[in-house]
Amino acid sequence: MKHTHVSQADSASLQPAKKKRSMAAEVWMRLCRNKMAMIGLAILLVLVFCAIFANQLADYETLVIKQDMSIRLQGPSAEHWLGTDEYGRDILARLIHGSRISLVVGLVSVSISLVVGGLCGALAGYYGGIIDNVIMRVMDVLLAVPSILLSITIVAAFGTNLFNVMVAIGMSSVPGYARIVRAAVLSIKDQEFVESSRSIGTGTLRIILQEIIPNCLAPIIVQATLGVASAILSTASLSFIGLGVQQPVPEWGAMLSGGRTFMRDAIHLTVFPGLAIVITVLALNLLGDGLRDALDPRLKQ
Amino acid sequence: MYKYVLKRLLMLIPVIIGVSFLVFFIMSLSPGDPARTILGETAPIEAVEALREELGLNDPVLKRYVDYMGGLLHGDMGTSYKSNRPVFDEIMGRFPATLKLSLWGMLFAVALSIPIGIISATKQYSLVDGVSMVGALLGVATPNFWLGLILIIVFSLNLKWFPSGGMDGWKTYIMPVITLGTGCMASITRTTRSSMLEVIRQDYIRTARAKGVKQRVVITRHALRNALIPVITVIGLQFGYLLGGAVLTETVFSWPGVGTYLVNSIKAKDTPSVMGCVIVFSIAFSIVNLLVDLLYAFVDPRIKSKYK
Repeated sequence: MKHTHVSQADSASLQPAKKKRSMAAEVWMRLCRNKMAMIGLAILLVLVFCAIFANQLADYETLVIKQDMSIRLQGPSAEHWLGTDEYGRDILARLIHGSRISLVVGLVSVSISLVVGGLCGALAGYYGGIIDNVIMRVMDVLLAVPSILLSITIVAAFGTNLFNVMVAIGMSSVPGYARIVRAAVLSIKDQEFVESSRSIGTGTLRIILQEIIPNCLAPIIVQATLGVASAILSTASLSFIGLGVQQPVPEWGAMLSGGRTFMRDAIHLTVFPGLAIVITVLALNLLGDGLRDALDPRLKQ
Repeated sequence: MYKYVLKRLLMLIPVIIGVSFLVFFIMSLSPGDPARTILGETAPIEAVEALREELGLNDPVLKRYVDYMGGLLHGDMGTSYKSNRPVFDEIMGRFPATLKLSLWGMLFAVALSIPIGIISATKQYSLVDGVSMVGALLGVATPNFWLGLILIIVFSLNLKWFPSGGMDGWKTYIMPVITLGTGCMASITRTTRSSMLEVIRQDYIRTARAKGVKQRVVITRHALRNALIPVITVIGLQFGYLLGGAVLTETVFSWPGVGTYLVNSIKAKDTPSVMGCVIVFSIAFSIVNLLVDLLYAFVDPRIKSKYK
């Protein structure tokens, strides 16, 4: 953010490095004061912990994928806190390992849309003219297909595996990022610090990467946080209609879909994976909203 | 105004061409062989080759696309591999069911969310506000298919109030409509609240109050109309989610609409049907977006004057 400040005449004398650190610190301070955002962050930290130490918390071979028909469809008990599924697998263990998949899919697909969308938006905004027109018309077409349907089309065409799911979900939200980055670039590219950088002979790519992108980070961070949440929802939706991760991989949406058959007698098969999705998405939304308020205090009511 | 509508309608054409090309292109990259899918694994190679020739699968992608578009112009979306009936008929037979579900879902969402949003904004930080905001947060975070399953468990399997599926009488509408509408309701409530909060702090609202205008009139006449623009934007955006959500909601409640047909077609690798469904959904979405843009004009005279 330092350039924005240097460009303002009255703060030109301030040391940029110190100012930059205090900016981040200020955002963090504002975020800390937001109780809801902190709750979201705390839940997320627990989830990340579960995802990282999944193997230590629950053994993959014996609890997550090993079938034992003698203990199938058991309700919650001391031994199996959240009960067992239709193949006698521990639901809690599967949920813990499922958090890995959800978080990885969320992060990777958002990274895909960020890189592709960000690049398209930056090029469109920076060059304008024909390039802008072509890129943005392509984005309009992508936007005209409801995003879950675009994901469905891509996965249906290329086959159901984790990689395709991530690409499908990533591609379906490219236009959103392209629009945000384009708008941000347009508002920044004519400011003095970009001009001065260009006048000393900096290359275009370098200007985009070093001057423009860091200055439009705020809306991107917010969109990305909320994007992880919607990516997790989309993954679960795809799995639910049989287009996501395949058995026996413990994906939350797939677990839900599998539990559907036993709704009458074993509701815990349906209830717990759904709760896991709700809690994760809720936490990400709380954090995203908090970040938006912290990064741009003017927006806050 | 008519000029603007006409212009927007004409702008739909490149979008539809783009969407159909995109979907066609993605589907043509699919590794499977449709002829093999139709005839089964055991069919002789000669028969598969003959069918490929008949379906035009040996032609280059671009020629196939032009042929497909030529057909699309007279409502020909090809023949379903599975039922051997025209895809257009299959989809149009189911489209009313999806349209009904989506419209009722949206109506349910709008009818509840706007009043709740207004009350939340006028009584900020009250109990009502707190409850509705927590509800809205949960509504946004809940996958609609899961909500549907929970409703089935509670109201169908246990209380036996409503049937768990099908489309037969008003009772079968209740749970699908709630399932589909809740996510939208949550988003619209949040937008209405924040937009109202912004508007009721404006000077002209204070002026209206100072003149002695009743609270009711201030809110409905002075504030709401100005607060509606962002709400309409969100309603338009939500329609896209709604159409996507219809696919999942229909699957949960075995609703006889395009969504269920799409999911079954995917499972049967019935490419022409999948393509047809996605194109129909996208056209519907584009038309809704157009209607939303036109709606702005009715709410905001400043926008209307620009159209002329």
